[in-house]
Amino acid sequence: MSNDRETLRVALFATCLIDALFPDAGRATVQLLERLGQRVEFPLEQTCCGQMHANSGYFEVELVGRYVDVFSRYDAVVVPSASCAASIHHQHPMIARAAGDEALAVRAESVGSKTYELSQFLIDVLGTDDVGAYFPHRVTYHPTCHSVRLLGVGDRPLRLLRNVRGIDLVELPRWDECCGFGGTFAIKNPDTSAAMLADKMDAVIDTGAEVLCAGDRSCLMHIGGGLERIRAGVRTLHLVEILASTEDEYRPDRAPARSQPGAAPARSQRGAAPAATEEPPG
Amino acid sequence: MSSGETIWTDDPPFPANAKRAVNNAQLRRNIRKATTTIRERRANLVGEMPDWQELRTSGAAIKDEVLRNLDRYLEQFEAAATGRGAQVHWARDADEANSIVASLVAATGETEVIKVKSMATQEIGLVRALAERGIAAYETDLAELIIQLGHDRPSHIVVPAIHKNRAEIREIFLKEMNDAPADLSDDPQALAEAARQHLRRKFFEAKVAISGANFAIAETGSLLVAESEGNGRMCLTLPDTLISVVGIEKLLPTFRDLEVFLQLLPRSSTGERMNPYNSVWTGVTPGDGPQNVHVILLDNGRTNVLRDEVGRQALRCIRCAACLNVCPVYERTGGHAYGATYPGPIGAVLTPQLVGVEHASELPFASSLCGYCYEVCPVKIDIPTVLVKLRHDAVRTGRHPVEGALFGAAGAAMKGRRRWTRALRLAPLMRFARRGGPPPLSRWTSVRNLPEPPDQSFRDWWVRQHESAREVIRERKRQ
Repeated sequence: MSNDRETLRVALFATCLIDALFPDAGRATVQLLERLGQRVEFPLEQTCCGQMHANSGYFEVELVGRYVDVFSRYDAVVVPSASCAASIHHQHPMIARAAGDEALAVRAESVGSKTYELSQFLIDVLGTDDVGAYFPHRVTYHPTCHSVRLLGVGDRPLRLLRNVRGIDLVELPRWDECCGFGGTFAIKNPDTSAAMLADKMDAVIDTGAEVLCAGDRSCLMHIGGGLERIRAGVRTLHLVEILASTEDEYRPDRAPARSQPGAAPARSQRGAAPAATEEPPG
Repeated sequence: MSSGETIWTDDPPFPANAKRAVNNAQLRRNIRKATTTIRERRANLVGEMPDWQELRTSGAAIKDEVLRNLDRYLEQFEAAATGRGAQVHWARDADEANSIVASLVAATGETEVIKVKSMATQEIGLVRALAERGIAAYETDLAELIIQLGHDRPSHIVVPAIHKNRAEIREIFLKEMNDAPADLSDDPQALAEAARQHLRRKFFEAKVAISGANFAIAETGSLLVAESEGNGRMCLTLPDTLISVVGIEKLLPTFRDLEVFLQLLPRSSTGERMNPYNSVWTGVTPGDGPQNVHVILLDNGRTNVLRDEVGRQALRCIRCAACLNVCPVYERTGGHAYGATYPGPIGAVLTPQLVGVEHASELPFASSLCGYCYEVCPVKIDIPTVLVKLRHDAVRTGRHPVEGALFGAAGAAMKGRRRWTRALRLAPLMRFARRGGPPPLSRWTSVRNLPEPPDQSFRDWWVRQHESAREVIRERKRQ
C-alpha cells in the first residue's frame, strides 16, 4: 500500500479524551503523520466513538451513526487509541445490530475495516517502523489490554520505540496485567481499581523509568494520576508524543507542561502551514 | 422456585464485598501466590500444544452443537443411560433437585452420605438442604473438606480453598477434625495425610455417594468425573448407591468428543497434561461398583440463559476456572466478593443470567474488561462481550436514574459539533477538582489526581491552525 500513500485521504479521529484533555497527543499525531508525508484531515463533526457509554451499558447508536457518517469518505482513519479503535471495530456493528439497524452495522464494519490504531497505521499502511524519532530518556511501555487482546497490535509499538534514537527502553515487569482503569470500572469499583493501580505503579517505579508511555491516553490518565498523587517522579506520555519527537522539531521533554497559546510546534514543510494565529475564539 | 445458592442472598453487592477483600492482606497474598502459580503452569502446558487454537475452536463448536440441539441430546442421554440401568430424573430448579436427592437417600435408609466435589451441588445448596432433612453429607475433596470443616464457602471453582494458606488449614484441621494428630505440622504432605486418614473411614462406611459430572455423553449415557486426588473415585466405586447431579449443559454428543475436552480441561484447570483420575461410568455394571445409579438432570436457570443469543455462549463453560486464574479483579478480591457459587469472570456472566440480571446487577460491572479471560477460555467464551451485553440489560432495569441522566447528558453533548465544542471549553473547570470534588468524582480523586486540563481543546487548536482567519471568525459568530 506504500505506493499509494501520497494519494491516501487520511483522517484523524482524535477521540473525545484527547480532544478534551490531552490535545498534545492529538498535535503530536498530526506532527508525526505530516513528517511522514501524510496530509491529515480532522473533520470537525467528530465527537466520540461511544465506547465509554457502551462499556457502561448505554448503547449510543447515534454516536455509531455519527462516526460512520463523518469518516466513511476517507481512505483511512487514524486513531491514537487502541481502545477506541477496538470499540470501532467490534462494538459499532454490535450496537447497530442491537438497535436493529443492519444497514448501519454493515457500514460500520466497512468504516471499521479502514480505521487504524496509530501503530497499525504506521507499520501496516505506511510500511515503516522507524519514524526518525529522537527521545533521549529512560522509557517503559505499558501495553494496554485493548491494544494487546482486543486489537492485537502485537509488538508494533515496541518495534517503533526500539527505533527511536537515544531512547533507553526498559521492559515493564508483569506488563500483561491490567492497570485497573477499565473506564467507569474505576468509579464503580474504586477499591479494586485502586488495588490494581497500586501494583501497576509498583511495576512502573521498579523500572526506574522517567517516562511511562502507552497507546491509550485513558489508561495513562489513570496510572499518571496515581503516580502524580504519590509524587513518584514518573511522567506519562502517549506513544505518539515520543514518536513525534525529533532533535529539531517537537520535544515533549523540553516543551512546557501544558500547551501555551502561540507555542504551537513548528511544522514540517510538507504539512499545511498554519493559517491563523490570532487570539483564541470564545 | 428457588435457585438454591447460585447467589448468596445474604451478601452485600460486589463493590462493598470487594472493598473488604482488597484490604485483607493475607487473602491478597494467598490468592496472588496461588493464581500466579497455576497461571504459569497453564501457560507452559498450553504453549507446548501446536493446535491449541484449533482445539479451542473445536471445543466451542461441539458445545454450540449441543446447545442448539439440547432437547434431542438430553433425550438421547436419558434413553442410553436408562438402557444401561441408570434412573434419570429431571429437576427444574434447586428445590426440585434437592428434594429428589433427599428422597433417594431416604429410600436407602442412610443418614450419612459422602460427596464428590461438584459445582452443581454447590449451586443448589445440596449439603445444607440435606442437613435440614437430617442427612449429613461429607465432602471428600481435600479442599472442599477444608471449606466444610472451616464452616466456610468455596472461593474458586477448581481450588475451593485457594484463599487459605497451609498455616490456616492446619489450624482448621486441629480445631475441627476430631482425629487430627496433635502434633500436626503445616507441611502439605502432613496435612494431606491427616485428611487421608480422616476420609478413609468415611469411604469404607458410606453406602451412598453424591457426585456431579464434568461431562455427560448423549451417545452412550456415560458420565465422567475428572479429578486429581482419587477421593472422587473412592466415592464413585465403593458405595451401593450413586446419585449424580448434572447440569443439562454438560452434555457432549459422542464419546469421541472427549478427545477434545480431555486435552482442553486439564491444561486449562490445574495446569496438567492429563487429570490424574478420569472416572467414567455408564449406568450399572452388575457386580461392579454402585448397583443403584441415579442421574438428576438440572436446569436451574440454564434454559433462561439459552434464550439470550449473546449470553448463551456462557453455557459452553466446562468449569476449568482458567478465567479466574488470570483475572486481575479476582486476583485482588478473591472469590467470596462475588457473593455467588460461580465467582470470577465466568461467574460474572453466568450468575446474572441464571438468576436474572435484576438479582445480580453489580456482577457484570465487576470487570475492567481487560479481555484476559477470553484469551484463555478453552471454549472461547467471549466474556467481555457478554459482560457488556449484560451491562446493557442491567441499565435497562432503570435502577440507577442519576447515572443514566449523566450518561444521557454526556451523550447529548456528543451529538452536535457546536454543543461538543462548547462542552470542551468547560474542561479548565476541572482544575478545581483535581484532588477532590463530590461523589462520584471523589471515587477517582481518592487515589489519583485528575489531569491538569489544557488551555484549549485539540479542535480549538486545530481550527486556529488550519482554518483561515475568516473561518475562525465565522465559527465564533456561529456560536
